[in-house]
Amino acid sequence: MDTQLNTSPVQEASHHAVAHEHDAEGNSMFGFIVFLLSESVIFLGFFGGYIIYKLTSTNWLPEGVSGLETREPLINTIVLVSSSFVIYVAERFLHDKKLWGFRLFLITTMAMGIYFLLGQAKEWSELPFGFTSGVFGGTFYLLTGFHGLHVMTGILLMTIMLLRSFIPHNYDNGEFGIKATSLFWHFVDVIWIILFLLLYVWQ
Amino acid sequence: MTNIPVEMAPGATPPHAPQNWRTYFSFSTDHKVIGIQYLVTSFVFFMVGGFFAMIIRGELITPEADLVDRTVYNAMFTMHGTVMLFLWMFPSLVGLANYLVPLMIGARDMAFPRLNAVAFWMVPVVGILLMASFLVPGGPSQSGWWAYPPVSLQNPTGKLLNGQFLWLLAVAISGVSSIMGAVNFVTTIVKMRAPGMTWFRMPAYVWTVLSAQIIQLYGLPALTAGAVMLLMDLTFGTSFFDPAKGGQPVLFQHFFWFYSHPAVYVIILPIFGVFSEIFPVFARKPLFGYKVVAVSSIIITVLSGMVWVHHMFASGTPGWMRMIFMFTTMAIAVPTGIKVFAWVATLWRGKLRLTTPMVFALGALVMFVFSGVTGIMLAAVPVDIHVNNTYFVVGHFHYVVFGAATMGMFAAIYHWFPKMTGRMYNEGLGQVHFWLAFIGANLNFFPMHPLGLMGMPRRVASYDPEFIFWNVAASLGAFLLGMSTLPFIVNLVGSWLQGKKAPDNPWRAIGLEWLVSSPPPVENFEEIPVVIAEPYGYGRNEPLIANGKALELEAAEG
Repeated sequence: MDTQLNTSPVQEASHHAVAHEHDAEGNSMFGFIVFLLSESVIFLGFFGGYIIYKLTSTNWLPEGVSGLETREPLINTIVLVSSSFVIYVAERFLHDKKLWGFRLFLITTMAMGIYFLLGQAKEWSELPFGFTSGVFGGTFYLLTGFHGLHVMTGILLMTIMLLRSFIPHNYDNGEFGIKATSLFWHFVDVIWIILFLLLYVWQ
Repeated sequence: MTNIPVEMAPGATPPHAPQNWRTYFSFSTDHKVIGIQYLVTSFVFFMVGGFFAMIIRGELITPEADLVDRTVYNAMFTMHGTVMLFLWMFPSLVGLANYLVPLMIGARDMAFPRLNAVAFWMVPVVGILLMASFLVPGGPSQSGWWAYPPVSLQNPTGKLLNGQFLWLLAVAISGVSSIMGAVNFVTTIVKMRAPGMTWFRMPAYVWTVLSAQIIQLYGLPALTAGAVMLLMDLTFGTSFFDPAKGGQPVLFQHFFWFYSHPAVYVIILPIFGVFSEIFPVFARKPLFGYKVVAVSSIIITVLSGMVWVHHMFASGTPGWMRMIFMFTTMAIAVPTGIKVFAWVATLWRGKLRLTTPMVFALGALVMFVFSGVTGIMLAAVPVDIHVNNTYFVVGHFHYVVFGAATMGMFAAIYHWFPKMTGRMYNEGLGQVHFWLAFIGANLNFFPMHPLGLMGMPRRVASYDPEFIFWNVAASLGAFLLGMSTLPFIVNLVGSWLQGKKAPDNPWRAIGLEWLVSSPPPVENFEEIPVVIAEPYGYGRNEPLIANGKALELEAAEG
């Protein structure tokens, strides 16, 4: 690969200039919000599909299944939704340059996310139907699985943010990483609330 | 925002465009290099898709299925459609926009240069995956470019790695690449404009790119959702779209067309932008009704999300729904008609110069108007049901995607070729290319309309002998069209290597991209321009920017 051209001193100097002419962190945040809006359309598509299947299918529930247990998923929901407030506190700590408070609350958020995923795994293992059990089984695992993938991504992002907080001068160029992670986590939460209403409350 | 001139390191040479061809094979983050990478890669696939089309038309020159096996024929039309849309139209338009948008809005690069490069390098991956499907047992997907279930769920070989699987994978990766691009374009256009470059000082082309990329953002995820579900049906045994197991194949059609109809506007909107750039230059007149043209792009963006069911009038769609979508589909003709009116008014009494980009743009406009008329016919439910799945539909959309979009793309390539390469193309070869392409395209695609009205279904390898006349005409047109690519390649390769040196502003055009050298330096502008005028100030004799040199509007004649 020819990288000589990309690292000429002139270009590096002007790259620096670009970063200051245009607020790079603002661009990143704007781009990230645009991306999340686009990502939410995938969920809207799945939700729309679920609603249509549920309203029009003649044999909605697979044989021998009467519905979904709601108690444990509700606890899970409460944990996940409260974690949004915890990550907000972490963000405030970082804003005040209190790194240890930030790390503590970030780890708490991660723990709550992991609790949610474990609860989800436990529920999956105990369900009497699989993802090939008609469109009900298919949509259930598709929605919870795709959301679970996002929770995992969120936890991964937080792990990176946690490790990066140990790098000196990490926040000299702004706090885009943690702001984006936090926004992503709120997004995952809102999606879950809609999902919970559709799958568990509307039975 | 302040203007910080690029500080030169002592002894450094001024930044210049890449001289080394190897740059184009590297992971460059320069938007101009990436733009050309996109354009060249997509043109290679244009030839691949064209080769498939030649086989299709070769088969159809006789009524019997005698040239290739029917499974090969099915694979050919599937791959022709897929390659032409996902590997020619989308990437070539993204390439053009990549090259032009930062220059036109006065930015040094896109907002996210590395994301830009990653998005580009996914395109060859998509191409390799699709081509690899020729090597798997059972060959490539045979379900057409729209991959409707249950046909797409058949999987005759029963293997995990089959043509349909690779097709879905390729389309999904292409979607990821397009979303990355769309995030980048929207952010760049919203946040990176030069001082003074207000919304209504942006060239119409930038407006159309913004409109098109917003469609990608809201439409593509729907296709992704449908593709994920189809992939699970095909591979993991779910039953979302399998009617035998309680699934709903029509739901896939909704997912597919919710994106794939607006995708037509992703293709045609930037071409509208190209028209809006080229006509004023070669008519020496300001773009008629610039603000209305600009806003009508956004109106198309909104309306295009509300028309998709017109592809499904014959898919058991209830009457009330047909009525609504017939109305919205016809409504989209209004902003489109406004644009056509504006271009005609721009040309009216202009001092026309029929250079190659101008004749291509004019030819594309004529073919677009024709496709618009058949489009309105198809929007009407009774007509649509009569010609559903016939060659009439094929003729209509080939007038759009070849007649308007690809011819418009050629117009754009010729128009900005001197800027991109610093060399002039050969005018004579350009005119030859135009006439071969224009005659070939009309001879190829016009006969499809009478064929469709007579009832010839699409996607068949053999047909009733009563259809032979128009099919032979179409095939001859297709071969002419295939040959028209030769003068194009000779012209561009030859001119890039040995063409006459191009001045900064060979067309005496108005626009920020014509202020910089040909080819533009790395980082585009020594000093970020401060824009003080609306675009298209032809005949107004006013400066475009407050700092820097004036445009060479009078100097370079001819």
